[in-house]
Amino acid sequence: MSKSGKIALGAALLVAFAASAIAQPKKESSRNYGIGQAATTEQMAGWDIDVRPDGQGAPAGSGSVKDGEKVYMDKCAACHGEFGESAGRWPQLAQGRGTLASHDPVKTVGSYFPYLSSVFDYIRRSMPFGDAQSLSNDELYAVTAYVLNLNDIVDEKFVLSKTTWDRVKMPNEAGFFDDDREKTEKIFWNQNPCMKDCRGPVKITGHAQAVDVTPDEKTQKRGVE
Amino acid sequence: MADPNDATGTTRRRFLVGAAGLAAGGAADARAENVKNLPPNIADWTRQLGEGVGVRAYGNPSKYEKDVVRRTVPWLTATPESSVSFTPLHQLDGIITPNGLCFERHHGGIAEIDPADYRLMLHGLVDKPLVFTLDELKRLPRINKIYFLECAANSGMEWRGAQLNGCQYTHGMVHCVQYTGVLLKVLLEQAELKANAKWVMAEGADAAAMNRSIPLGKALDDCIVAYRMNGEMLRPEQGYPVRLVVPGWEGNVWVKWLRRLKVGDQPWFTREETSKYTDLLESGKARKFTFVMDAKSVITSPSPQAPVKQKGFNVISGLAWSGRGKIRRVDVSLDGGRNWRTARIDRLVLDKACARFYYEFDWNGEELLLQSRAMDDTGYVQPSKDALRKIRGVNSIYHNNGIQTWAIKPDGEVENVEIG
Repeated sequence: MSKSGKIALGAALLVAFAASAIAQPKKESSRNYGIGQAATTEQMAGWDIDVRPDGQGAPAGSGSVKDGEKVYMDKCAACHGEFGESAGRWPQLAQGRGTLASHDPVKTVGSYFPYLSSVFDYIRRSMPFGDAQSLSNDELYAVTAYVLNLNDIVDEKFVLSKTTWDRVKMPNEAGFFDDDREKTEKIFWNQNPCMKDCRGPVKITGHAQAVDVTPDEKTQKRGVE
Repeated sequence: MADPNDATGTTRRRFLVGAAGLAAGGAADARAENVKNLPPNIADWTRQLGEGVGVRAYGNPSKYEKDVVRRTVPWLTATPESSVSFTPLHQLDGIITPNGLCFERHHGGIAEIDPADYRLMLHGLVDKPLVFTLDELKRLPRINKIYFLECAANSGMEWRGAQLNGCQYTHGMVHCVQYTGVLLKVLLEQAELKANAKWVMAEGADAAAMNRSIPLGKALDDCIVAYRMNGEMLRPEQGYPVRLVVPGWEGNVWVKWLRRLKVGDQPWFTREETSKYTDLLESGKARKFTFVMDAKSVITSPSPQAPVKQKGFNVISGLAWSGRGKIRRVDVSLDGGRNWRTARIDRLVLDKACARFYYEFDWNGEELLLQSRAMDDTGYVQPSKDALRKIRGVNSIYHNNGIQTWAIKPDGEVENVEIG
């Protein structure tokens, strides 16, 4: 293409661009494509299961610690243990307070979860494991109340509902702070990392083979023959 | 010389040059060779016709590559439905991970979603709550981007010392593929955000209904609602038919089987961003919303599952990535971090994607302590494990990007070791 041709094309594009800019005040990137259907109230009600720390999203209903014990024994205890102590490798739900700074921290609802909603929302969406979203709202409130009681967060007469939501204070609510790596790990930003004689003699202090927990590859599934 | 017609005339591969005790490599390398197929003889595959087209309507790797598979560590978890399998990094090269080898992390098993019944709901603090079908998502403007995805718990078993003997297990919760989809920003614009919108919750359609909160700034920046990987539709294990792509951020927020996006004015503090995916420090306090994956690298070969086979010229091959941007440089040490030399990065260096590096050297059977150290374009330098532990302790599980050490032994065997 000749130089003048290019200029002419450029000018034409400019005009076209200006015209579309006038006709359509929104930027190209925020165009409405008219694709997607309006979500109905009914559709949203069926899927809108999330619950926030302030209780927003919590459904109608209520459940007592006492009723929760029955739900828990029927549907939870097989994996989590009768007292939330865990059966095998399943998550432990109770105890563990005071261990977070130790060599063997035990993270449970009582020792680690910061909010009631973090437990409630999770049970609501994914428990019982393998039969998700099967609990009634009353069962959900009850079993959550029971797990709180296992952790001595509420007493055995407690009834959990939207109205009692704010009474639940989780012990580790203040246990978290926002990502501060760019401040506290500033030392890792270094335009000129050491290249020569960077450290003293190197000694091997640990061997994965001695730990001996690597799976035997011969016992694992193989690909298509 | 063996009789070319003698079917039993097999010999061992001649990789045992130099040191008699060199360890056998992967199974493919350990196969006996058949002199019938070696020059000057003519192999059957040269004489006879092979299978025609269409027999392999969807092709699989060669039958000789059946050891290139995702592997699990069964003792890690209570059940395979909420567990992880690891990418065989030691058997791969380049920067793209084949779809069938991308590591898996599920919380409620693989959801098998009929695309005809797939719906994505977008609601909350928007003027126009919407529901999209898969076809509607595909009609929207699309982009293609190559990104790494690393689970925040990658290398999580190594905080207290060398534990698992293989880079598949120590580093295999990472993959890098090309995604096709629509920018999340475009979807949010279709729904018209309210002025107080600040966070977006993404939720899966699987039996865990995994949900995470993402700050609106990230959602409007580079997140993709993706339906393809490496050109074909997402694999079920990777969220078919639709997953969220959150470039540079921990894999857990890349919600698979994406069914719902809800806009809010504060984070949800879901179980996955409180009880899990928070980084417990020595103080007993935990960092939350540690989304970005720090720069990291690992030598994938040689490594414990990929021992050195021959003395003489050898190529060290490895992967590097950073959630903050592009890999600028990778250094390699043969002496446990005393001295470093800059590796060659193999051309393609993309934002928040894996980069492949090579370091070529001659090995004479001496013991070596191999390390690699990545540096990204923000100047972040991958720290030693000790430097990381000094700040974070050993209880954080997540975000272990410390420098890995592989010990090469005189017989070519390689071991994951801890150094002091």
